[in-house]
Formats: sequence, structure tokens, C-alpha cells
Amino acid sequence: MKITDKLIKEISALAKLEFDEKSAELMKADLEKIIGFVDKLSEIDTEGVEPLIYLNEEVNILREDKIKAVITQLDALKNAPQKDSDYFKVPTVLKK
Amino acid sequence: MNTYRSLNSIKNAIKAGETTCLNLVEFYIQNIENNKTLNAFAEVFTEEAIKNAKEIDAKIANGNAGKLAGMVIGIKDNICYKNHKSAAASKILEGFESLYSATVVERLLDEDAIIIGRLNCDEFAMGSANENTIYGATKNPLDNTKVTGGSSGGAASAVAANLCLATLGSDTGGSIRQPASFCGTIGFKPTYSRVSRFGLIAFASSFDQIGPITNTVEDAAIILEIIAGEDDFDSTVSTKKTDKYTYLLEDKSTKRIAYFPEFFENEGLDGEIKSTIESQIQTLKNNGHIVERVSFPYLNYLVPTYYVISTAEASSNLARFDGVHYGFRSSNANSPESTYTKTRTEGFGKEVQRRIMLGTFVLSAGYHDAYYTKAQKMRRLIQDKTNKILKDYDFILSPTTPHTAFNLGLEHKDPIVMYLEDIFTVLANLSGNPAISLPLARHSNGMPFGTQLMAKPFHEADLLAFSHNLINSL
Repeated sequence: MKITDKLIKEISALAKLEFDEKSAELMKADLEKIIGFVDKLSEIDTEGVEPLIYLNEEVNILREDKIKAVITQLDALKNAPQKDSDYFKVPTVLKK
Repeated sequence: MNTYRSLNSIKNAIKAGETTCLNLVEFYIQNIENNKTLNAFAEVFTEEAIKNAKEIDAKIANGNAGKLAGMVIGIKDNICYKNHKSAAASKILEGFESLYSATVVERLLDEDAIIIGRLNCDEFAMGSANENTIYGATKNPLDNTKVTGGSSGGAASAVAANLCLATLGSDTGGSIRQPASFCGTIGFKPTYSRVSRFGLIAFASSFDQIGPITNTVEDAAIILEIIAGEDDFDSTVSTKKTDKYTYLLEDKSTKRIAYFPEFFENEGLDGEIKSTIESQIQTLKNNGHIVERVSFPYLNYLVPTYYVISTAEASSNLARFDGVHYGFRSSNANSPESTYTKTRTEGFGKEVQRRIMLGTFVLSAGYHDAYYTKAQKMRRLIQDKTNKILKDYDFILSPTTPHTAFNLGLEHKDPIVMYLEDIFTVLANLSGNPAISLPLARHSNGMPFGTQLMAKPFHEADLLAFSHNLINSL
């Protein structure tokens, strides 16, 4: 499959990544190789095969709805790159 | 000099008054220092390990120590430990300190294991050489010009160099078994869902599994016994009863073993590894086991299936790294959008970005069915075929890796060359089965390599017992 500049732009926008011209070219070449490699799967007829989504055999393992582990607000803010006493801080959303 | 290579020998030595936990910890800390060039550890918890060793020595004296008293263990940098750093070897998690401990860590500590530090690995466990890391590459203790393999390279290196007794790694496509093979240690991936993933930084949630790297099968069994089983914090973990893996090691019954001619005929497989495993097959037959050729038609579809599904899951799991809640934020962020984009672009390494891009592509509108759903269907065929074979056989035997540890610093132009490192290991992750790599021999190039055994889901006890006997007969 041919990977176009447009496709790289669309995928990187979804992935929240950006590439300058040179790294976009490299990414394009890599993706083209990798997608060419995984295209091998089209050789196998999978008509009527149920997709395997969950590897665990059990479904809906339930437990009592009791609070067991608690993360306080203070804990939750501990690793934030920017915060004040109560909130995560982000750059200004609405410019004046 | 500490030459203890198993928990039992350590326990006996402690009992005989030949050593203490404190002696052991001091020895390992010195040995880590002496082997700093290996770059196996991202951080050593020196003071804390010494303090814990003293406490556990007191418990031993009082006769109330846990089952793992005497075990000094390292954890891969993607396993969380409360109030300790954990970065999955990524810039994007620089400085992050976990708010809670992984279930596996809690269980080790409850049984008085001493956690000595966190271990170098590939960024978010993505890699097969332990070179994609903010800490710099780990080196193979048997030859410092060679890689350790990855992604649990630090974990394998540390055990091989006697920097601690055992380590916990994680295995998504072979990340425990491949470095174990390269470093000459035992690497064990339990059945998917046997061990809680709570507190493991997620890469691909339907593949990831925590497991031990050790010198002996016995130690792998002891560790599994402690870490396996139900967990209120992981709804995907199996509620099946765990076995007394250590008590079952003496089983010496004859087994039925399958091997795949397609694996042995693979052009990438080193001739010497091939012939050594072929002679191992002969030995097993001579010892009364039934070993038979069984065709497995999907060899060349394993790695493609794995890369489609695992990158899809990774792109979704890694969406949480947004520069807002924890870790690194780009200093160029000046809006919400650029907070995400600049942070992720500057914070993720090249291989991680490649996989996020591939995963985003296979999940995107217009390509989802052709790639993602297609691969999930393929995964069903692979799992069905594997378990059909394991209806007739107890184990599947294969090489762990196509070759021995390669040179550090090979810059592969083609990422697929590195992806094919997982060609023999990835089957167990696609199907969910347990698998172990056992050190088999030394190649004429001086480096070790392993043999891999895979078993039926939740048949860890059989797999460990057979491995135990096999190793003792080598």
C-alpha cells in the first residue's frame, strides 16, 4: 500500500504526534514497509472466523462495591507537571 | 563471595549461619556497583534495601519471616512500586512516582522479598535489544559488546551477572524469554491472565503478562506461587485456583511433545541452534518421551498478526500520556492542543512513535476491518490451531530465538528485522499459553541460547516440573 503525505498527516493528527518534513519522510518509509509486511495476512482466508477479542475466558468478574484503595486529591496532583492547590494546570484555553 | 544461585541455597546458608539478608544485600549492592557498565539498573534502592534486610533478618531470628525471606529481587521499570519512580524507560514518565504498588509487588513484599531496584528496559517494553531506553543500552554480561535482548534486558542481565537473585519482567511478544535466552537465564511467561496486571504500565493489554527471570526453575515456581491468582484490582485476571507449583516439581512422567518443522526450516534460524535442538529432541526420545513433528502452517503470519493487534492496543493505552496529569510536559506547550502534541512528540522515542502511528492507522476509519479485525480473526485461527495441537501433546518445543545475542549499536534500516526477533516467542502471546525459555547450550561464538517449551493454558505446574527435570538432566 502506498502511504501518502496526506495519510501521514491524518494519522499523526489522530495520534497527537507531529513530524517535520524529514521525520515525516522516514515515518512514511517505515510505515510503508511495515504495512507491506502485515499485508501478508490477506493471503489467509478468514471468511466466517469470529474475531478473537478477549483472551481471558471469564467474563464479568464481580466483587462487592466496597472502597478499597483511595487516591486523595493531593496524591492525584502529586505527579502533575503544573498544578495549584486544587487543580491540574494547563496553558490558557481561551485567549483574551 | 556470594555464589548462591537459588532461594533454597540461600535459606540453607542463612539457617547454617553462613550469611544474612544484610550480607546478601550488601554483596549485591557492591556487585551492581562493580558492574555499572552493564547498565542493568535504572535505580538502586540502596538504603531501603539495607533497612528491609535488617528487618527481615530479625523476622528470621524470630521465626516469623515470609516465604521469600532471603530473596533479593529487581523489578522492571514498568512495574509500579508505591512512592518509587517508574518510567518505563521513557522521557514522558520522567520523574513520575507511583501512587500505589503493583499487585505483584505487594505480594512479593508480603512474603518478605527485598526489592533492590528497578531495571532498565526498552521504552514501554517495545524492543528486542534494550537499546530504546532513556537510560542507555544495557550490555550483555557474557560479552559487553553484545545486546541483552529486550525488552526485559536489564532484568535478564541482572540475574545473569548475579546483581540480585531474581527479577520480574513483562512479556508481550517475547520480552522475558528472548533476553533470558540471550543472557543464559531462565525466563518464564505464565498463561495470559494468570498474574494480575494491576500496576504494570500497559503496552498491549491482551498480551502483557508479568513473569520471573531466575537461575533455577524452582525459583520461578516459588515466585509464580506468590504472584499468581485472583486480584480485586484486575478484572481480567483468572479466578482459577493456583497450584502449589513448588511441590509439583518432582513429577517425572513421560510426556508427549510436538515440534514444528516450519520453525526448524525457517531460513533465519542459526544452524548450530537448529542442530543442538535437534539433538535435544533425540535425547528426549531416548529418555522415553514421545516427540513428534507436527505441521504449523501459520509461522509467517505470527509476527504480522502480533504487530497489528499489539500496536492498536498500544496506541490506545498510550493515549493517556497527555502532558497534563503526570510526567513530562513540553516547555513549548502554549495551548491544550500543543500540550498534547508537543509533549508526546518530544516525550516518546522513535520506536514508540512508530508503533503508535501503526496502531492508529490500523484502527482508523477505512482500514479498521482490513487490518485490525482481520488480525483478530487470524489470532483466532492461531489460537485454535495451537490448542488443537496441545490436545494431543503436553508441550510444544522450539528454539527461543533464531540466533544468539547480536552486536550493540546495529542500526537496522528496516524495523521489520528487529520485529522478526520475536518469531518463535510471539505465538505464546497470541494464543495466551504459558511458555518458558531454558538455557540450553553455548554456541561456538561463546554466547548462550535457549530452548522454549509451551504448554496448555494454566498448565504451569506441568511446564515447570518438566523444565525442572530437563534442566537437571542437561
